[in-house]
Amino acid sequence: MSGSVLEIKNLHVSIEDKQILKGVDLTIKGGEFHAIMGPNGTGKSTLASAIMGHPLYEITEGSITLDGEDVLEMEVDERAKAGLFLAMQYPSEISGVTTSDFLRSAINAKREEGDEIPLMEFIKELDETLDFLEIDKSMATRYLNEGFSGGEKKRNEILQLMLLKPAIGILDEIDSGLDIDALKVVSKGINKLRDENFGTLIITHYQRLLNYITPDYVHVMMQGRVVKSGGPELAKRLEAEGYEWIKEELGIEDETIEQNA
Amino acid sequence: MARNMPEIGDYRYGFRDKDVSVFRTERGLTRKVVEEISKMKEEPQWMLDYRLKALEHFYARPMPQWGGDLSGLDFDEIIYYVKPSEKQGRTWDEVPAEIKQTFDRLGIPEAEQKYLAGVSAQYESEVVYQSLKEDLQELGIIFTDTDTALQEHEELFKEYFGTVVPYSDNKFSALNSAVWSGGSFIYVPKGVKSSTPLQAYFRINTENMGQFERTLIIVDEDASVHYVEGCTAPTYTSASLHSAVVEIIVKKDAYCRYTTIQNWSSNVYNLVTKRATVDANGTMEWIDGNLGSKLTMKYPSILLKGEGARGNTLSIALAGKGQLQHAGAKMHHLAPNTSSTIVSKSISRNGGKVSYLGLVHFGRKADGARANIECDTLIMDNESTSDTIPYNEILNDNISLEHEAKVSKVSEEQLFYLMSRGLDEFEATEMIVMGFIEPFTKELPMEYAVEMNRLIKFEMEGSIG
Repeated sequence: MSGSVLEIKNLHVSIEDKQILKGVDLTIKGGEFHAIMGPNGTGKSTLASAIMGHPLYEITEGSITLDGEDVLEMEVDERAKAGLFLAMQYPSEISGVTTSDFLRSAINAKREEGDEIPLMEFIKELDETLDFLEIDKSMATRYLNEGFSGGEKKRNEILQLMLLKPAIGILDEIDSGLDIDALKVVSKGINKLRDENFGTLIITHYQRLLNYITPDYVHVMMQGRVVKSGGPELAKRLEAEGYEWIKEELGIEDETIEQNA
Repeated sequence: MARNMPEIGDYRYGFRDKDVSVFRTERGLTRKVVEEISKMKEEPQWMLDYRLKALEHFYARPMPQWGGDLSGLDFDEIIYYVKPSEKQGRTWDEVPAEIKQTFDRLGIPEAEQKYLAGVSAQYESEVVYQSLKEDLQELGIIFTDTDTALQEHEELFKEYFGTVVPYSDNKFSALNSAVWSGGSFIYVPKGVKSSTPLQAYFRINTENMGQFERTLIIVDEDASVHYVEGCTAPTYTSASLHSAVVEIIVKKDAYCRYTTIQNWSSNVYNLVTKRATVDANGTMEWIDGNLGSKLTMKYPSILLKGEGARGNTLSIALAGKGQLQHAGAKMHHLAPNTSSTIVSKSISRNGGKVSYLGLVHFGRKADGARANIECDTLIMDNESTSDTIPYNEILNDNISLEHEAKVSKVSEEQLFYLMSRGLDEFEATEMIVMGFIEPFTKELPMEYAVEMNRLIKFEMEGSIG
């Protein structure tokens, strides 16, 4: 088998004693594109942050494994080194550190000491990827995310994704705040990664993104769980009909996590 | 996620040499000690008189009660003068082997070959090595130790010495004026521009040593110079004292940049008075890096005396366990259309404390003057603290003044972001810190920037729990 397997079982997550995820089950394999959809406030971003190990989120029950290894036992950087990547909704600004210096450090962090990426190879790859994502070359020498527009931040996240080449990429609302041209470019980047060694979990509440990236699986999240899964046709139906029919079908009145199910 | 910040690493320059000195005064500060120093140096009578007046002033003046705690400093325990060798070397081979070895370990001769126009190396109280590239000598640049300058260029020396920082300025300028020894003397003649830096290196070796170098730089009209100094000392359990006075005269249209990378061991009291005067359209820049020491009190100051004169101070201070960096800047706008910027970057960690104390003064004649102050502090943990104390004195309505102060912590979000890309907690923290001081390091010549980064990284090294 090629590619990695990320397995999430019965995941319960709370933040400051408030239960947000209430039993998420999900398996993502190399080669598969998964989309998680759902209205605001249903726990989608919490799932993304919890997988990557954000310190604010506490796992109260359940498990996450990557190729059988216990992800919950790993520090954040160990998760990255094991092959996980989270494209963030609100990437941090790091003053004084150029995008290029940061990327080279991040690439080298995953490589053995003495096996650092040669400078010329790095520059070539960076230039090519900047071109591919239609990003101005000056971004390489700007400080990471500092003064970036919303669209630039998102493109920068995809730039990192493409250069760091994770086994599993989790994309948290990578489409929010993007105009249609930027959305196309970001989608182009993600589609380029599609092969059997790369699996992704795309979190969005707009069907729009899925017009450019066709998912293999679509999951709907409500009340902190995956309540419905299907193929690309599920996304189409959500676009046409909204979420109400699912709520009716499942007898859900309030889909947010505030609801005590 | 458990948050364990990196500890301060061992001080790399804390090694000590065996004592090779040829003469030292007894402990404590008496009239006899001052007379002895002056006699050793075969100084003219006027200098001895000056020293003795300064000594009286030092005795009379109370200890400053502001800034840092000076109670651990016992003036009776300090050794005020240590002569390390019989004569000064013009080549490194003429420097006593033990001392040369120290400077080798500090990388000075190597740096000299690679990228310096001139080097001065002071060990204890005296400059033991001095060089200046021939082409610069031919241009009429004088770069020598201050004692030699007094012997060989007495008139020039007398014209400027003590004019920018009088002995009566403060208790420590009085102390320095009484017992000063060594330091650099630079004269750059009219129109001469030196593009490669001149460097001085100051090393204390003896326990309880007081180092009182005196630096005097005169940049004549339309001339320019970049001077760099570095400082280290062995680590001892009891206090050593470094109390320098630096006087700089920047004439019309001239330019001077003075870069300090001070990295004293944690038993050194570093109490320094640095001041420059700038004539019309001249520029003075203090680039001031303060690492190490037990207590630093230092507020590089610029008197903008001529119309259109410019002053810049860019400083970083890093305070770790048991350290107080009480640093700042002073700008005196005394003429029309003068401008200044102050950028202060401080980092406190492991219970360290950084304070910015600044003064910006606009005199009555400062029409159209502008000043910009930016103070950024990065606090690394909950035990560490910072203060920002800016004073502004404004005697003219037609000026502009901007002040920005920002205190930040290394945020959990930033760490999470960098770690999610595979950097471990230490690397991520280091990256944030290096980014924070980048506005400083980018002003350093390449080789110093590399060295500075290395020093800061070294300070940050250690266990991460």
